[in-house]
Amino acid sequence: KSSVQTIGEEQIQNPYTELLVLKGHQDIVRFLVQVDDCRFASAGDDGIIFLWNAQTGEKLHELHGHTHKITAIAPFSSSDVAEEKTNLIITASADRTVIVWDCTSGRQVQKVSCFHSTVKCLTVLQRLNVWLSGGSDLCVWNQKLDLLCKTSHLTDAGISALVELPKNCVAAAVGKELIIFRLSASNNGSEGWNILEVKRLVDHQDNISSLVSVNDLTFVTGSHIGELIVWDALDWTKQSSERNFWDSSVHPDVQPEIKLSQSPHETSVQHLTSDEECVFAAVGKGIYVYNLQMKRVIACQRTAHDSSVLHIEKLPNRQLISCSEDGSVRIWELREKQQLPAEPVPTGFFNMWGFGRTNKQANQAAKKVQENTPLYFLELVGDLIGHSSAVQMFLYFGELGLATCSADHLIILWKDGERESSLRSLTLFKKLAQNGDLQLKL
Amino acid sequence: MISAPDVVAFTREEELEDDLYREPPLPEEYSVPLFPFSGQGANPWAKVAGSKFTRDFILISEFSEQVGPQPLLTIPDDAKVSGTFDLNYFSLRIMSVDYQASFVGHPPGSAYPKLNFVEDSKVVLGDSKEGAFAYVHHLTLYDLEARGFVRPFCMAYISADEHKIMQQFQELSTEFSKASECLKTGNRKAFANELEKKLKDLDYTRTVLHNETEQQKKANDKGYYTTQAIEKANELASVEKSIIEHQDLLRQIRSYPYRKLKDSEFHPYEPECALDRADVGSHDHDLTSSEPGETHLYTHVPSYTPKLIKAKSAKCFDKKLKTLEELCDVYFFTQTLDQLHHIERTFRGDVCYLLTEQISRALLKQQSVTNFLFEDVSFLDEKPPEKQYRGCQGLGQDAMDEKCLEESLAPKVVISLGSYKSSVECVPIKMEQEMEDSEEPKMSESVMSEHQENLDYLDADIKGSISSGESIEVLGTEKSGSGLTKSESQASLPAMASPQAGRSKVGSRRTVSEDSIEVLSTCPSEALIPEDFKASYPSAINEEPYADDDEGGLRFTPRASPGVRDGQDDISKQESLVQVDAACCIGKESPNFLEPLAEQLGQRPCEQDGVVRIPPQPYRGPAEQGLRGGFPSHQGLSGGLLPYELDSRHLTGSREVSKSSLDECSDSTSHISSAASTCSDRTPSPAQPACAAGDRHRKRAGQNALRFIRQYPFAHPAIYSLLSGRTLVVLGEDEAMVKRLVTALSIFVPSCGGYTKPVKHWVTSALHLVDFQRWKLIGLQRAVSPAGVNVLHALSRYSRYLSILDADSKTLRCPLYKGSVVARLADHRTQIKRGSTYYMHVQSILTQLCSKAFLFTFCHHLHLPISEREPEESVVSRRMNFLKLQLGLANEDIKIVQYLAELLKLHYIQEPGQGGSPLLRFDYVPSFLYKI
Repeated sequence: KSSVQTIGEEQIQNPYTELLVLKGHQDIVRFLVQVDDCRFASAGDDGIIFLWNAQTGEKLHELHGHTHKITAIAPFSSSDVAEEKTNLIITASADRTVIVWDCTSGRQVQKVSCFHSTVKCLTVLQRLNVWLSGGSDLCVWNQKLDLLCKTSHLTDAGISALVELPKNCVAAAVGKELIIFRLSASNNGSEGWNILEVKRLVDHQDNISSLVSVNDLTFVTGSHIGELIVWDALDWTKQSSERNFWDSSVHPDVQPEIKLSQSPHETSVQHLTSDEECVFAAVGKGIYVYNLQMKRVIACQRTAHDSSVLHIEKLPNRQLISCSEDGSVRIWELREKQQLPAEPVPTGFFNMWGFGRTNKQANQAAKKVQENTPLYFLELVGDLIGHSSAVQMFLYFGELGLATCSADHLIILWKDGERESSLRSLTLFKKLAQNGDLQLKL
Repeated sequence: MISAPDVVAFTREEELEDDLYREPPLPEEYSVPLFPFSGQGANPWAKVAGSKFTRDFILISEFSEQVGPQPLLTIPDDAKVSGTFDLNYFSLRIMSVDYQASFVGHPPGSAYPKLNFVEDSKVVLGDSKEGAFAYVHHLTLYDLEARGFVRPFCMAYISADEHKIMQQFQELSTEFSKASECLKTGNRKAFANELEKKLKDLDYTRTVLHNETEQQKKANDKGYYTTQAIEKANELASVEKSIIEHQDLLRQIRSYPYRKLKDSEFHPYEPECALDRADVGSHDHDLTSSEPGETHLYTHVPSYTPKLIKAKSAKCFDKKLKTLEELCDVYFFTQTLDQLHHIERTFRGDVCYLLTEQISRALLKQQSVTNFLFEDVSFLDEKPPEKQYRGCQGLGQDAMDEKCLEESLAPKVVISLGSYKSSVECVPIKMEQEMEDSEEPKMSESVMSEHQENLDYLDADIKGSISSGESIEVLGTEKSGSGLTKSESQASLPAMASPQAGRSKVGSRRTVSEDSIEVLSTCPSEALIPEDFKASYPSAINEEPYADDDEGGLRFTPRASPGVRDGQDDISKQESLVQVDAACCIGKESPNFLEPLAEQLGQRPCEQDGVVRIPPQPYRGPAEQGLRGGFPSHQGLSGGLLPYELDSRHLTGSREVSKSSLDECSDSTSHISSAASTCSDRTPSPAQPACAAGDRHRKRAGQNALRFIRQYPFAHPAIYSLLSGRTLVVLGEDEAMVKRLVTALSIFVPSCGGYTKPVKHWVTSALHLVDFQRWKLIGLQRAVSPAGVNVLHALSRYSRYLSILDADSKTLRCPLYKGSVVARLADHRTQIKRGSTYYMHVQSILTQLCSKAFLFTFCHHLHLPISEREPEESVVSRRMNFLKLQLGLANEDIKIVQYLAELLKLHYIQEPGQGGSPLLRFDYVPSFLYKI
């Protein structure tokens, strides 16, 4: 019996009523990255990068160059002297190369293949017009792919995540450690940079699996055993931490067996995202909302999916989207609980909304009286079922829809059917006018 | 089918339905008495003083220089068809009206014999004595041994119904031209080969003679020539002259394609494409080059040992003339025969049926925006067979309508005045090759000339009445060629570059290639088709009673005693009458279909014997079409917004339209057709063999669908699923049963563009999202294996996109349907008994749905705000109001129309050439489980 909340076939608030399947990849698609307002790139284990039109689903370019799977991808828009903004993407692959592509022409701009190890992460410091590659060492490159400087060999395992911090600093997650580097202009050259290790933070008990910057003042890290640490971005001190997502003692309704067989997989912080107030963490199968001001988890959905949640994202409209290894994408809404904490929410309320599992809701409501109870709850408002295998990542395009990529080699573009329909009508009448068919022939 | 209820009476069934076989025969006292005039091959529809042949056939005759006119072969090749009809006599008749100036030989002022590239001539003639009317197509083939190198042939389509010949003249002419071109192409090739051989012979002979002369010279030192030597020298000279002549002939025949291609009327016959070529075997070595044109045909010269040519060739009457097959190369000969069989099949049947089919096609063609949804529109890509109805192509212009009205009436004037009785007259029937993109001046020109011709018709009538009492009447003749009547030899002069030829050169090249493709696709040589493909080839599928006639060898029906056969025929005739009645009986709850029938009956002019004899009239333009107009005419758009047009009664029944058009028909024809084509009713045939398979499929699908709606009480939600674009999966263990269900339901599936319906009959692996995008109806295997579990798992995973019909447990899981459209579409109490009738019923209701979807899609204000500040909500509410109030749709019917509208939009905005990725639309609606 899975305790995963389900939603019926009637999903009033789910806007996605049309889908386009984009085929092209021949292996797991792991990365989606937005290039501009209506284009995105996808990459995965087949080493091919595809460029797509997010509106029409048209395949714009097919970029071949890597011989192994893609390990990192980053968009890079560079403004030239001519003030023409060119959209580039940088891709790193397991073949130990990094290639810069021009998205407009679909051509390879430059290729670097002097790496000693696979580059696992790429970060663009738009402000300094440089980009960083993280593998077993950290390299700094300028736009023309000149190596500006690099660190000494750090670790064999390599840098797993990079995040930009204020004051020309970057934080790199290396195993259990978090290393802060500072970039400084070199004294002898005009365009040279030096990179210096500033600090090592060793607060995590296990490997750091995710690293995200919240705002100029804070950034957050999460580790494999479910630790979440909020850091001050300026002086790199620990602001607060949460490490009991998985602690079943706080959640009495979880069966005891699970506590015994607690595997790191189930508590690993897979992905973090944040808005100004909250950090949203995908931990194991669950989703947790951590409020930065209250410094505690305000809402959670412990089994949001049947298996690990791989990616989550916050939408502007208080909604949250999560995708998981179980092949589904779910849309959640963060709702405030009624301010009557002592009173359990009547089941009729949920019935009215047509959601099943009133028992589950009642349980949650009852739990609320406990000390740790969040003030909010995550309501499932829709799910998207289309992929037949793990959904690796998704990309939210606002009005244009949602692109999801999966281990079944497919990318699905989910669209608002109503909007598409009226757009088509618009196109239709435009075409009619073009063809001159609109004049009435009497 | 646009005018489905109207054509019920004309529906053809090649074979009796199973159901009807099961019904017990009528008791003797109730049966209709036999047709009193029943005799040999009696047909109540035929004229009493009818012809001596049982049905239409094609006759090929030759004007042999040895024995005069002689029939060569008939298609179908069955003595029974021509019956007691005197083929020899008729050959004489048709060969004697060959008007072409076939002067060949040494024209004055020319040193060498010139080949005369004569145009085919097309003549209609009637022979009242024989009761036969014929379209006669004369052509000339080249034969080196023949007098003047030419052998005149003719192909004739012989029918007892002169209306058929007259009304189908253009179509017959087009089709026969193809056959003729095929023959002539093969003939040119054979002729060139023959010339080459002859040249080699001559060359060899010259060498031999030369050697002999040299020897004589050496041997002879007397200083004067012996008679022997002089003789040899003369012989040598004549051989040399002969070589030059033959070389010139070869040059002429080889240059023919080049010259001809400049002529817009020329349709070179192009051999099979590469795929078929592989099967050609012995022929393909000649055809391996893929260059267009036929020049390559002459390039390859097989090894040949030259012979010595005797000074005196054989006497003219001693030699055996080549057969037609030898004249045209076996390959081309079989191709031609295929084409002729195709013609025979195409024009088989009553002219009523042919015309109805053509009207229906013309109308379908007009619905260029919506016709792809439920109709098989693949044939629309073919070159339009009906030039007569060209009004349908140039829509919306009153001038055009008037013009084609006159045009279509004009030939009738000739007929109805009976002026063809005992008179020889020559009525030119102008065949303007009207190109789609023809320029304006040309249009007006053709209008002018047609006016002129109408006058000519009348003129001819008057002239004809003073003519003699010959029994041959030429009703019309025509030079193939758009006014360029000069012969080929003239055309080869530098002055040939006439403005017309120059202008239409590019276009004509294009049409030429299209043409030849069409020929190839519609008449592949039966012999070349591998056994496996034969099943899918229309003629093989089409189980006509005399399909064996064409084959010659196989005979299924006992023919031993004609008496027995006649008896059978009578019975089957009675049965077919019963069938027609049954077909017309649609349940009482759908009075829509009874009324038009009654009206029709009331309006039908009947003759004394009560036989209905009014053929449908050619379609005459969209003026009265109202909502049915295709998009370019904007009838739907402009008229559709008027309140009376939106009266739901008008929309729900096609009968106003059909009635009005029927009225027009009966008004416009003051005369009643008194002849139907012989025996056509008994053995009707598809108008286009390409459609034969489709027809058969339709009938089977209709029959299965009828069974389905009777058997399954939840047929409505299932059909609703299909119409609203939700994929329906038919799940079952038995492949045959699942396929039958899929076939039945396939008639309700709207196409998403393209020519094939999104239907997959049988799948054994687990379904995926991509499948739902591509297929809207899927037959799925239920298996007990682990793979089967996967299949079921996928089904439950994607259940929100699917309706699932479980054929084994007879359950259906799909969304609720509360609308009314499907109830009319699939009433389980329907009295319709025959598959094809039900199919038509379905098509007519679907056509109504299409017209609603059309209106909904193309009403500007339903989708876009009227003013800039108008909020989106008001547009939405206006849209819903339109659907509910104006179109009279309720509940789920709205979703059907919305889905169809979406398909229309997609189809319209899709760029040609760009496939466009199919998208999957779905709703989040709960499903219910239906059980029997």
